[in-house]
Amino acid sequence: MQTIKEIQDDIIDEFSMFEDWEERYQYMIDLGKTLPLIAPEYKTEDNIIKGCQSKVWVHAELKDDKIVFTADSDAIITKGIIAILIRVFSNQHPKNIIEANTDFIDAIGLKEHLSPTRANGLVSMIKQIKMYAIAYQTQLQ
Amino acid sequence: MFDVNKIRKDFPILSRQVNGKPLVYFDNAATSQTPQQVIDVIVDYYSNYNANIHRGVHTLSQEATDKYEAARLTIQQHFNAKHAYEIILTSGTTHSINLVANGFATLLQKGDELIVSALEHHSNIVPWQMLCEKTGAILKVIPMTLEGELDMNVYTKLLSEKTKLVFVNHISNALGTINPIATIIKQAHQVGAAVLIDGAQACPHIKPDIQALDVDFYVTSAHKICGPTGVGMLYGKEEWLNKMQPYQGGGEMIDQVSFEKTTYAGLPHKFEAGTPNICGGIAFGAAIDYMNAIGFDQIATYEHELLEYGTKKLLEIEGLKIYGTSKNKTSVISFNVDGIHPYDVGTLLDKMGIAVRTGHHCAQPIMDFYNIPGTIRASFAFYNTKAEIDALVEGVKKAKMMLS
Repeated sequence: MQTIKEIQDDIIDEFSMFEDWEERYQYMIDLGKTLPLIAPEYKTEDNIIKGCQSKVWVHAELKDDKIVFTADSDAIITKGIIAILIRVFSNQHPKNIIEANTDFIDAIGLKEHLSPTRANGLVSMIKQIKMYAIAYQTQLQ
Repeated sequence: MFDVNKIRKDFPILSRQVNGKPLVYFDNAATSQTPQQVIDVIVDYYSNYNANIHRGVHTLSQEATDKYEAARLTIQQHFNAKHAYEIILTSGTTHSINLVANGFATLLQKGDELIVSALEHHSNIVPWQMLCEKTGAILKVIPMTLEGELDMNVYTKLLSEKTKLVFVNHISNALGTINPIATIIKQAHQVGAAVLIDGAQACPHIKPDIQALDVDFYVTSAHKICGPTGVGMLYGKEEWLNKMQPYQGGGEMIDQVSFEKTTYAGLPHKFEAGTPNICGGIAFGAAIDYMNAIGFDQIATYEHELLEYGTKKLLEIEGLKIYGTSKNKTSVISFNVDGIHPYDVGTLLDKMGIAVRTGHHCAQPIMDFYNIPGTIRASFAFYNTKAEIDALVEGVKKAKMMLS
């Protein structure tokens, strides 16, 4: 089982192979297209995080002592970034999620997507992931 | 002679690069760019005569006051208002609308009716909803058609003796439709209702004649017409402005103050509490001068050419749909590509140095009407070129290819 830090380093390595923005974005778009993200029954109003521009749905459940995240978005680039975030945070112990940082997003050249002006729901999604982690951590104790 | 290449040299920002590509700026309906002539006025203000206005006895204050009041005259003349004191300088269109909505709080009774259009920006909806909550007045809506025009037959039926106020934008920010405001105003006046026209989207393209329109309120922002952000105007007919309560209390807006009773200053100062955006007001005047030196007829002709060219070129892209297809529209093209989220297209266009607006454009009711999450909006100004439109078309094609 890889740690959050190890997964982040892998992603940074993968992104370093891309020569320009087009390759980087094409990769994210393809990620967004191929990944099955969330079961339809969890795509509810309750699970929606409203950005001004694109919507994000997040669902979390505890399996043993790890949180499994599933998510979706109506915009495909947002979905690609979600796929990356899920790869990093899903199947991890709540404590490790709480302690993890998201600096790797900057390192792979996607920092702009976490700017408040993008209004794509991603900033709120990361907050939501951390909130779930805090909630489940309390439950585990 | 209209020479776009010469005009472009006035705008330093147009020569910058974004993401390694020459900037193509098509978000003019949100904020227009600023010519050197206006930038110089801003620099001159802070370099030479920055001071508070209206009460200082010293030279700088006098100079700043003179320039600020000269700007008010420029604005009055440009819009052909009857009196300079009917021009209230505000922080922008939103401030202007809130000022009027607040002023009407004591003029309305429960059951009075207000009419809004389905094509409005949130800033011309929400302040009136707040007013309705406060007064018990009722908000009625003029519906829109599939082409993005107002259904004027319904408007006529909505009007009655209960109607106190009608507020409609001159031009829709999301679709570019030019609304028939002369008819709207005339019909409203027949039932004794006042009319507020949100001119934020009109002023970059049209020179409105306030007296000919006989409009009661006309509001706009400087940053839509090559001026700075944070300044705008409210034109109000003298008799309405006199009836309305002041919006904010403070310095500048008073005649006499004591703890027993305060009397308000006359127009326009009654509505200009506190230190205004002095530099902004002066630069607003300079922006109007700049636009007039180019000429609104020339601007309209050239922008129409851009609109026709852009519409034709964009429609050549398979699966592209334009929202807002009125024959009467300004150089705004709101569109989507079949099966693709506008946010994705906007994100990829930005990577190519092309600035468009994506989303609901603060006009969610319009997006709900079309049942879409938003659109991609390209809005052209007189300093844009057909070559830039070509870059947009190529950019959309490329985005479509990457996303399909």
